[in-house]
Amino acid sequence: MDAFKSLDAIACPLPLSGIDTDQLIPARFMKRSRADGYGDYLLHDLRFDESGQPRPDCPLNMPRWQGAKILVTRRNFGSGSSREAAVYALADYGFACVIAPSFGDIFASNAVNNGVLPATVTEEDGEALLAGLESGDGTARVDLETCEIWAANLVIPFRIDRVWRTKLLNGWDDIDLTMSHSSAIEAFQAQDSLTRPWLVPTVHGP
Amino acid sequence: MGIRAEAGPRTLFDKVFDQHVVTAREDGQCLLFIDRHLLHEGSFHAFDKLRSRDAKVARPDLTFGIEDHYVPTRTRDLTAIDPAIANMIRQLRDNSARHGLRLFGLSDPAQGIVHVLGPEQGLTLPGLTMVCGDSHTATHGAFGAIAFGIGASEVAHVLMTQTLWQKKPKRMRIRVEGKLPPGVFAKDMALSMIATIGADGAAGHAIEYAGSAVRALTMEGRLTLCNLSIEAGGRCGMIAPDETTFAYLKDRPYAPAGQMFDRAVESWTALLGDEDAPFDREIVLDAGEIAPIVTWGISPEDAAPITASAPDPDRMNDPARAAHVREALDYMGIQPGQPLTEIAVDRVFIGSCTNSRIEDLRAAAAVLAGRRARIPGLVSPGSAVVKRQAEEEGLDRIFTEAGLEWVDAGCSMCVGMNGDLVPPGERCASTTNRNFRGRQGPGSRTHLMSPAMAAAAAVTGHLTDMRPLLAGRETGLTGEH
Repeated sequence: MDAFKSLDAIACPLPLSGIDTDQLIPARFMKRSRADGYGDYLLHDLRFDESGQPRPDCPLNMPRWQGAKILVTRRNFGSGSSREAAVYALADYGFACVIAPSFGDIFASNAVNNGVLPATVTEEDGEALLAGLESGDGTARVDLETCEIWAANLVIPFRIDRVWRTKLLNGWDDIDLTMSHSSAIEAFQAQDSLTRPWLVPTVHGP
Repeated sequence: MGIRAEAGPRTLFDKVFDQHVVTAREDGQCLLFIDRHLLHEGSFHAFDKLRSRDAKVARPDLTFGIEDHYVPTRTRDLTAIDPAIANMIRQLRDNSARHGLRLFGLSDPAQGIVHVLGPEQGLTLPGLTMVCGDSHTATHGAFGAIAFGIGASEVAHVLMTQTLWQKKPKRMRIRVEGKLPPGVFAKDMALSMIATIGADGAAGHAIEYAGSAVRALTMEGRLTLCNLSIEAGGRCGMIAPDETTFAYLKDRPYAPAGQMFDRAVESWTALLGDEDAPFDREIVLDAGEIAPIVTWGISPEDAAPITASAPDPDRMNDPARAAHVREALDYMGIQPGQPLTEIAVDRVFIGSCTNSRIEDLRAAAAVLAGRRARIPGLVSPGSAVVKRQAEEEGLDRIFTEAGLEWVDAGCSMCVGMNGDLVPPGERCASTTNRNFRGRQGPGSRTHLMSPAMAAAAAVTGHLTDMRPLLAGRETGLTGEH
């Protein structure tokens, strides 16, 4: 995974609250292999009408937000299903950072595992940023080392879990890290099998 | 065993968490041992990662495959369904076979929704850490387990290491005190709680449900309550194990038996939170004030008593809330201030990991017995076991005589992955957990409610206070006195 230090990019405003993972990628599209890419499916039913034509009022379809790598939205972004495909859709479309006042917990952790930064701002700063992008040149700088967003004459601090920040800054993969603890895991299991001998299920009932 | 992260009085969550810490880092990240890993068809991304690393499953004996998300509910013949859906099911079969995992497949007499099957088979036990690539894994917390949903990267991590890095969340207690009025169920308790604290109200917290009304719930009711923890923004919710828990678990197929069961109960009892254990946040609700609830919007927090009217955004002080309400009413096709009972419904779905257990079906049947549904509907039991039991009790005949379809177990119309969908623009009275835009199909409109309320909507064709319809009838459910 690539390390995330800072990002200068077009920041697309999506002034909606509660964009859940079902909207980020509807369930009917999740049969595809990741290798085929999920970008076409991002926010599918908001982006396209029933006949598959792009909806002109969706910011992602507007010429000025093409090539955006930062998404700015309202509270409770990514709530709902644990489907990591929601992050695949964002990442494959090109987004590397989402800015919102609150995030679905599982979504945020999935995002970090795919190198996408979930940056939490206050509701007030979020509204100011949304307005600033509309009236300004539409670009923003997100600095993960200082936890600041620079856009349209605003400097806005953002919050992110300390550990997630470290993981993103270093591009760390958890599995490699965990493998270095394999002897501790083995020791835990040996001890645990004595204290909780009922742990491993075996069929005995009806 | 484990690392004692904190001295002093501890909550139930603390005790279970601490017992599973393999190693802790200075930054607060803990490597947690995982006791049960449940997989469904969506796990193919994780298995693809294993394949690319040429890795094996670390603990096949603690890992279980369950066919539920994509399974057809009207046939069990994979050659008769959409090949792409059949392929999803076959991938889980192939991955389970390759790694030697116990798979509960379509032909298994125990097959069902992962969050119904786990408790029913005794795979879910107090004091366990349980994960699944499904946010409603929170359901299993009803037994006093730390159970939460994870993403595909984390599924791959657990498959390869049987552990997961976690930071201890904050602890929140939700106490529901008093007695639920007649005709008010765990589903109403949960929706009422979410309407109170908001859909992100418990974000960053592990919830512990307590109080006399929670203690009075059956295991079925507790599962429903914990199921909806995720809709309140919490990653998990749990209830301290007690006699109700132990009685439910005794003689379950995979639960410990005989002396081992007694030994386990002793250990589980010691997990109860210390009396003066601190919580970061506490909410107290009065059970007596909870009424049957329905949602009118596109988030589970958009919920109100059936006796109320849809809100009017023009009369709201908070502009962000008003914007959301306007957007929600527009999507749902509801007028501001419209009485909820005047909202006509096109179809009904009774099922899902929230409300597909035997008690739920009994409650719906109690309303439907001897009546005809005015609208079409689907009833999908949570498991093959629930299906058999319902048929033995004659509930299936009540549903079919009312004009509803009685089908096989699966996630079905809750998530629509198997093709059971609500058509665009149609309105569905649903016992599920999510009323998001398009959740039950593109353009679908979902109203969340209890099984008895969904049954009442079927009978009248509109959202309905089912209490008069239930008068004098037995449901056998908590909340009926």
